[in-house]
Amino acid sequence: MSDMKFTKDHEWIAVDGDVGTVGISEYAQEQLGDVVFVELPETGKAFSKGEEAAVVESVKAASEVFAPVDGEIVETNGSLEDEPGAVNSDAFGNGWFFKIKIADASQLDGLMDKAAYDAYTAELD
Amino acid sequence: MDDIPGDLKRTVLYDLHRSLGAKMVPFAGYEMPVQYANGILAEHLHTRQAASLFDVSHMGQAILEGDAAAALETLVPADLAGLATGRMRYTQFTNENGGILDDLMVANMGAGLFIVVNASRKEADFAHIKEALAERIVMWTLEDRALVALQGPTAADALSALAPAAAEMKFMGFAEMEVGDVACYVSRSGYTGEDGYEISIPADSAVALVEKILALPGVVPGGLGARDTLRLEAGLCLYGSDIDEQTTPVEADLLWSIAKRRREEGGFPGAPIIQRQIADGPGRKRVGIRLDGRAPARAHAEIQNVHGSVVGEVTSGGFGPTIDGPIAMGYVESNCAQPGTEVNLVVRGKLLPGKIIEMPFVAHRYFKG
Repeated sequence: MSDMKFTKDHEWIAVDGDVGTVGISEYAQEQLGDVVFVELPETGKAFSKGEEAAVVESVKAASEVFAPVDGEIVETNGSLEDEPGAVNSDAFGNGWFFKIKIADASQLDGLMDKAAYDAYTAELD
Repeated sequence: MDDIPGDLKRTVLYDLHRSLGAKMVPFAGYEMPVQYANGILAEHLHTRQAASLFDVSHMGQAILEGDAAAALETLVPADLAGLATGRMRYTQFTNENGGILDDLMVANMGAGLFIVVNASRKEADFAHIKEALAERIVMWTLEDRALVALQGPTAADALSALAPAAAEMKFMGFAEMEVGDVACYVSRSGYTGEDGYEISIPADSAVALVEKILALPGVVPGGLGARDTLRLEAGLCLYGSDIDEQTTPVEADLLWSIAKRRREEGGFPGAPIIQRQIADGPGRKRVGIRLDGRAPARAHAEIQNVHGSVVGEVTSGGFGPTIDGPIAMGYVESNCAQPGTEVNLVVRGKLLPGKIIEMPFVAHRYFKG
């Protein structure tokens, strides 16, 4: 988790080379409650940082998942179609949403590390 | 999360909710439990297979005495003159256009009428009653009573340990009875489609009694989140979403709640419009929609016919845990309201296919004796 970075909108991105795996945080899944549907982006589609890339529907409401950096989608987690609950049960693991080819690695510097994100969410409660 | 809780009211059960691990949210001016630790899905499914206790103390309770049945009939289209002692009925306050000011339950206590109205509308409702009926009735608003709903197929078995007589009641029955050692108003009713009770408890005895009910076998607390998914599957209207001042009881498919005598005689606000809609059919109707896929459609999603014309709008929608799929209710033009009609719901610019189906989505399991 050491090279996992977080956005203020509660996405996480774990970087491996020039590809980042993106999901929503433990804090976010707890706030959302039971996830019943995830709408994933199409592979090959390019997004700018902050652009809506996916949608997560809980029993209560729909929420956007934003691209944490500029880049192109290289893979999506199709298993969420059958098991959207993985977003709740394993937010940092099997609950990942998509992999994005990072266009500008310097954008990662603007994101929070785990300690900064934990401090950020502690203040939200 | 963004609301400042400073102005919010709390029910007498607030501390108990917190101690039970509830997540509290603002609702109708109150800080209410939306869910407990197990979450909405688990609470919903538990209610359908055992029993859950919901705090609905934010709702308005009142007793009307005097010439109450005849007087209240001037504000609602239900047959209250024909409401026997110990029975309860569902109705609506209507306005001059036939629109719905609120929906409510009315029980005949013998000495008067006991009514339960929505939290968001209670002040307006009570002012409305006072203004219209002050000379005919005396109204006691019951701010010193909690209200809880015990809902689910094992509710009757469970409650019989504290109130043996409750098991003998039938759906929409009402009685004053002791639950534990507390004098309560009990009705066999609810908002989930399941068998169960609503129990009005003097506030100073409420925490102790609710703790006793929660200790009964199979009973767990349920929050407003599960209450909403349960009522949606049961095809029941949520005031402010599915019915409001712009919708009539006829459009809302609530004609069953208007007895023959009232349809003929009128004598309630908006009667000419409602009578005309009964005779000619309404231009639009509230219907249920089962979506084919997994993506839910929420309130305000556009409803299109298969040719791409807008024919209506979703008023409530989401995921039905018992259905295990997305369901919605909304209004469509009457020529599209036939069960089996294919429609598309527009969600984030995409068309989600679905079908109009008969409600309830999940069959009611009321105890009719």
